Amino acid sequence: MSRRGRTLWIVGVALALVVAGVVSWYASASPDGLEWAAEEAGFAHTAEDSAAAGSPLADYLVDGEENRLSAGAAGVAGVLVTLLLAGGGTWLVRRRGAPGRG
Amino acid sequence: MHVPDGFLDPATSVATGALAAGTVALALRRARAELDDRTAPLAGLTAAFVFAGQMINFPVAAGTSGHLIGAVLTAVLVGPWTAVLCMTAVLLVQAVLFADGGLTALGTNITLMGLLAVVVGYGVFRGLSAVLPRTRTGVLTAAGVAAFLSVPAAALTFVGLFAVGGVVDLPVATVASAMTGVHLVIGLGEAAITVAVVGAVLAVRPDLVHGARGMRSDAVLEDRRPAAAGTAR
Repeated sequence: MSRRGRTLWIVGVALALVVAGVVSWYASASPDGLEWAAEEAGFAHTAEDSAAAGSPLADYLVDGEENRLSAGAAGVAGVLVTLLLAGGGTWLVRRRGAPGRG
Repeated sequence: MHVPDGFLDPATSVATGALAAGTVALALRRARAELDDRTAPLAGLTAAFVFAGQMINFPVAAGTSGHLIGAVLTAVLVGPWTAVLCMTAVLLVQAVLFADGGLTALGTNITLMGLLAVVVGYGVFRGLSAVLPRTRTGVLTAAGVAAFLSVPAAALTFVGLFAVGGVVDLPVATVASAMTGVHLVIGLGEAAITVAVVGAVLAVRPDLVHGARGMRSDAVLEDRRPAAAGTAR
């Protein structure tokens, strides 16, 4: 990566970590569009708990603890895992060598 | 717009799961043309940013909220096939680690947010790009409109899936009218975030933005030197 590419990447990752780790605490807790529409139309009750509901990070909290630290840590973990999965995956899939047709 | 387990019957979930798996398999091969040593790191970053952005629910109307999908944002920045992979990674992490979106509904969520929103959104983006000026303003306008439309498009696709495989028998019009209004408003937020993020990347590294290839600068006076050393062909 060029120096400017590296700067963009570092600033971008830092921003994602701050958004997921800090800003997310202030996000609206209201039901999202689909949940709201499901209640409105009358099928919200058909939702079932995910088999992953027992995950230590379920509901974007560490062990279900509702505080800033827990929510922040869950957000940071999610950003890092996503970065690893998507970044690693696309790095493996990429064309090797110099940019250009290949 | 994360569909939980239970909303759709098993047959529909299996069908969307197969569609999602096939699309991801195809994307793994086709994304290769979009990814090189320079753009692959941007793809990982974009996925991580979409994960973070999706955590921020913004209030829409009394008692409702919405959040970024990020399909058009990702497709414009790193290309549509790579966007399928990035969105799938985000949705997989959310479903498995955070119990956000059901596990049996993972194929449905990939179909809605990783496939349909990318196809419709990137299609609109390309269509508008063909008629708008090839400038920063043109790219951002196309991205904004595409992002806006991608949200109701995904919402209406869910309505279609629910009409076919919903576990409750409801009139399509009831579900459609509940879904449409709120997702039109959420689409405005989607457009705002998409324009802001694509605009920010265009400001510092226009050469990395997939959807801005062939873009001219709005400014008359511009440094026209090659973007970086080491890109000799």
